[in-house]
Amino acid sequence: MAKTKVLERKPLSLAERTYLPQIVTGLKTTLVNMLRPSVTLQYPEERPVIPENYRGVPTLVKDPNGREKCVSCQLCEFVCPPKAIRITPGEIADDADTAHVEKAPKEFDINMLRCIYCGLCEEVCPEEAIFLQDVFSVSGYSREEMINNKQKLYELGGTLPDRHRKWDKKKAAELQGAAHH
Amino acid sequence: MDWFTAYMLPVIYAVTMIVVVMSIAGYSVLAERKVSGWIQHRTGPNRTALPIIGAIPVLGPFLTRLGLFQPLADGLKFLFKEDITPGHVRRGYFIAAPIIAIVPALTTMVVLPFGQYTDAEGVVHPLVLANIDIGILFILAVSSLGVYGIVLAGWSANSKYPFLGGIRSSAQMVSYELAMGLSILPVFMWAAVPEPGNLNGLSLFGVVQVQQGFWLAMWQPVSALIFLVAVFAETNRLPFDMAESETDLVGGFHTEYGSFKFGLFFVAEYAHIVIGSAVFVVLFLGGWNFLPFIPAPWPDGMVGAVMSVLWFLLKIFFFIFFFIWVRWTLPRFRYDQVMTLGWKVLLPLAVANLIFNTLLIALRDTL
Amino acid sequence: MSETKQLETVTVNVDGVEHAFPKGMNLVDAVASIGSEIPHYCYHPKLSVVGNCRMCLIEMGMPMRDRATGEALLDADGKPKIGWMPKPAIGCATTVAPGMHVKTNSPLVRDCRNGVMEFLLINHPLDCPICDQAGECRLQEFATDYGRGYSRYTEAKNVKPKRTRIGPRVMLDDERCILCSRCIRFSKEIANDDVLGFIDRGSYSTLTCFPGKQLENNYSLNTVDICPVGALTSTDFRFKMRVWFLKQVDSICTESSVGANTEVWSREGKIYRVTPRRNDEVNDTWMTDSGRALYQLAEAENRLLRYAVDGQPSSFEAAIAASLDALKGRRLGIVASAHASLEEQFLLKRIVEVTRARVFMAYHQGEGDGILLSEDRSPNLRGALLTGLIDSLPAVDLSALDQALTAGELDSLLVIHEDLSALGVSADNLAKTKVVFAGTHSNATSEAAQVVLPTLTVFERAGSFVNQNFRAQRFKSAVPGPQGIASDLTLLETLAALVVGETPTHPDVNTVWQSLSVANPVFAGLDYNGLGSMGVALEPGPLAELPFVETRNLKYNPR
Ligand code: SF4
Ligand code: SF4
Ligand code: SF4
Ligand code: SF4
Ligand code: FES
Repeated sequence: MAKTKVLERKPLSLAERTYLPQIVTGLKTTLVNMLRPSVTLQYPEERPVIPENYRGVPTLVKDPNGREKCVSCQLCEFVCPPKAIRITPGEIADDADTAHVEKAPKEFDINMLRCIYCGLCEEVCPEEAIFLQDVFSVSGYSREEMINNKQKLYELGGTLPDRHRKWDKKKAAELQGAAHH
Repeated sequence: MDWFTAYMLPVIYAVTMIVVVMSIAGYSVLAERKVSGWIQHRTGPNRTALPIIGAIPVLGPFLTRLGLFQPLADGLKFLFKEDITPGHVRRGYFIAAPIIAIVPALTTMVVLPFGQYTDAEGVVHPLVLANIDIGILFILAVSSLGVYGIVLAGWSANSKYPFLGGIRSSAQMVSYELAMGLSILPVFMWAAVPEPGNLNGLSLFGVVQVQQGFWLAMWQPVSALIFLVAVFAETNRLPFDMAESETDLVGGFHTEYGSFKFGLFFVAEYAHIVIGSAVFVVLFLGGWNFLPFIPAPWPDGMVGAVMSVLWFLLKIFFFIFFFIWVRWTLPRFRYDQVMTLGWKVLLPLAVANLIFNTLLIALRDTL
Repeated sequence: MSETKQLETVTVNVDGVEHAFPKGMNLVDAVASIGSEIPHYCYHPKLSVVGNCRMCLIEMGMPMRDRATGEALLDADGKPKIGWMPKPAIGCATTVAPGMHVKTNSPLVRDCRNGVMEFLLINHPLDCPICDQAGECRLQEFATDYGRGYSRYTEAKNVKPKRTRIGPRVMLDDERCILCSRCIRFSKEIANDDVLGFIDRGSYSTLTCFPGKQLENNYSLNTVDICPVGALTSTDFRFKMRVWFLKQVDSICTESSVGANTEVWSREGKIYRVTPRRNDEVNDTWMTDSGRALYQLAEAENRLLRYAVDGQPSSFEAAIAASLDALKGRRLGIVASAHASLEEQFLLKRIVEVTRARVFMAYHQGEGDGILLSEDRSPNLRGALLTGLIDSLPAVDLSALDQALTAGELDSLLVIHEDLSALGVSADNLAKTKVVFAGTHSNATSEAAQVVLPTLTVFERAGSFVNQNFRAQRFKSAVPGPQGIASDLTLLETLAALVVGETPTHPDVNTVWQSLSVANPVFAGLDYNGLGSMGVALEPGPLAELPFVETRNLKYNPR
């Protein structure tokens, strides 16, 4: 058993036992605080500053070429704790510019009634395609309205810079061909 | 004209008084919200605007930001909200309870002096609806009726939390009523004393008049303290709001009430605060007297009367602020602490104080 | 039989612990059987050993013997001295031998695996997010278990053909191929269709089809299954769903009397694919492509989805009442089906007994391929024989029924699954008869029927089939059936009970098996759960002598 140390409490003085000095101190504290400026943000008119790493509504983003980055690997769907994400994978047409990416979501729904803004989808995404950005206020008149579909997700997401350009490099390599050919 | 003076004038006075007290009560609610906001670095209500007044260029937004229109909106809400009476309550008592709660609060002000009027001959008259000799007794008697409203509400709601709230409230009332009554006895003993032959008796006007020099709060600090604590307890204000105690009783006695009936309880609480403040000011803070040892600079006639009333109101406002200030400073007592404080501290202290003062007066008289 | 023969065992020391294994067992399998693992890519228990991936490297040693005397050498403790081989050996080309010592997790072995993984990954593309194999990929698994976790390779990766269709059902991505040659060996050895091979050398080696050929045999999808990576993918399953969302349920293929063991992969009531399940007595680890496609029937356009009486939708109760009307007190003919499960045939037999109906059945036949597609194209003909529903092999069509109808010998028909018009019953005869049709899909007969009773497909119900070798095998319900449709068991039991005026009890398969095991000594002592996932071989007695149409195939050997 862990050793416990019993601390002797200092007995209360008479003044302390009347409780009155404490009340006076308390009153002083509240009075001082009362004279301090308020920290209230007048919300709809004034907007908070959204920090860089804020976890707002999850969105889908495009890369600087305008290519949709999501390849519907469904990892986010898998990792999402409340099962808010629902993806129907699809194939990119052979004649498309990005045919070498092969795969893209046909449908991509995030149910904002279920989402808990945990950010795991962003964390898990191998393509850096899903980001929790700065939108923090979502509302709607029906359950359906609260489900963000693919189009809405791209509208919210916009374009973000891409550090890797993995698929651009891949295409360049493919065009160049194998070294021995 | 006789019937006018005899019947209509009192009615007009009474109505005016009710209006004044009720608006003070209403704006105390606003004050409560504002002050609590400030204490917590917030702004409090600052959005409600009246259509026309709110549109006046500088003034409108200013008033709006002060939240001055908020009580109006709150009151209207109470009035027009759907009035639900739960199915399981004892209907008659359930409806009667809020009325019983508010009536004593409004009745007590009948005997409350709120200013002075010095007529041409230099005789000082009190401004009061009914200047009865036993003013304080009347106040004590009537205001303690208010607890019936709460007890009834708790019982008739026929559900657990209100019931507990009602019980706590009655126990608390009984406990603190005693200390309160005993604490002010010395005040009146002294008030009756200074000039032999003074027949002030239990008249509140008399008490104010004695305080032209010493305020009784200085002369009788122990009484003042006990009375202060008891007033907090009697008005069910934090830190003594055992009857409501949201954390453990949801809403206490008014859990089952909504809309207008709840509004009545709400207003009654604040009316009690106003009246309680007024009584404290009258008894211990010199009423409308200017400052200790500084004779009232009020001129004779109407002007002086109005000034005295305003000065009195100012003191009341400060005291209401004090009520609010304490509420947002102190945490709620535990129920057993409330009882201990009432029975084991305040009551013996009040008795001791009484005996001490009696002896003192006896000593003085024999000297 | 084989159970009675005493298995010869050899003792092998694996990582310091002695284990007994059957003689002749492959070391990879042996180690797997004791619950540990020798990672491997190219080795497959049902294919020849080539040993070209080097993932299965282990350390191996044998007790040392004195050259002169042949005595075992002992070390200081009196234990046999082990002569460890100076270099690691591949486990897949090793057979267990007495006294053999094996280290599957020594530092050297771990280094070897680490190195092999690094070489494999050097030219492997970063395709996991778009690769269908992800989640069941050996490369991913071994990379996390045995790999180094980061890449030291900064040069450009090899570029190879991607998205190549090498057959109607198979896509090839050469960049992902790890050159294990399983697919090549499978095509050659099992499918007898040698179409795949490597071209070029070294890291440029590329899998491809022989010129002018395609991987189009009816077993091509097995290459997808055995491909340890995502180089070969199924065009049907491609990009449909991630495997980690799919739930697997054991089932039986209904394509032919082979009764291949399968796994049905579904998510939220939708089936995405069917894969073979290993059963060395039935199908090894293979199955036909055509059998895999059968899952599409569950969501086919012409699926029967509601009860109907005289063409009008009706409730279950009303449809049952209308069926009873056709069943009771008439000269009834019952067209049984070899697609029905053992339990259903047993219940049908009950109806036959109380209504004294005449039973007709058709022998569905097709061309066999000598592997896993037999000539008998129904999964449960032998079940019908065992339950006594029929006592001899049926004819290929129902002309006997047609004659009976023409002769006016029958007033009403209870048809299970079969399409009578396709089996030689004339439309006129059908029109003048009262027909109750119970089946999964609409056809000419269901259209002509007065009462239509929709039933469930093999994916939606539970039961058992008896295959070509009289092996009873069970299948489980993988997905829920269409809303409001009672299972075949419930349907038949309700009819059987109501025909004799009893209250239906809605039994499940286990309950039916209780009666079944009493009714026929062949099933004595068995129950549904007792069939296990591998099935139970039955002793059919004289029934085995009937002239079944099946010819020799992978596991069938007619006398
Ligand atoms: S994890 Fe990323 S790439 Fe994968 S489906 Fe989600 S958003 Fe798309
Ligand atoms: S933020 Fe969390 S809950 Fe919301 S979609 Fe992403 S993974 Fe799901
Ligand atoms: S084969 Fe395996 S490792 Fe390679 S891309 Fe596919 S899932 Fe990833
Ligand atoms: S395609 Fe698959 S099975 Fe065939 S050699 Fe390549 S990795 Fe092996
Ligand atoms: S499994 Fe042994 S070398 Fe491939």
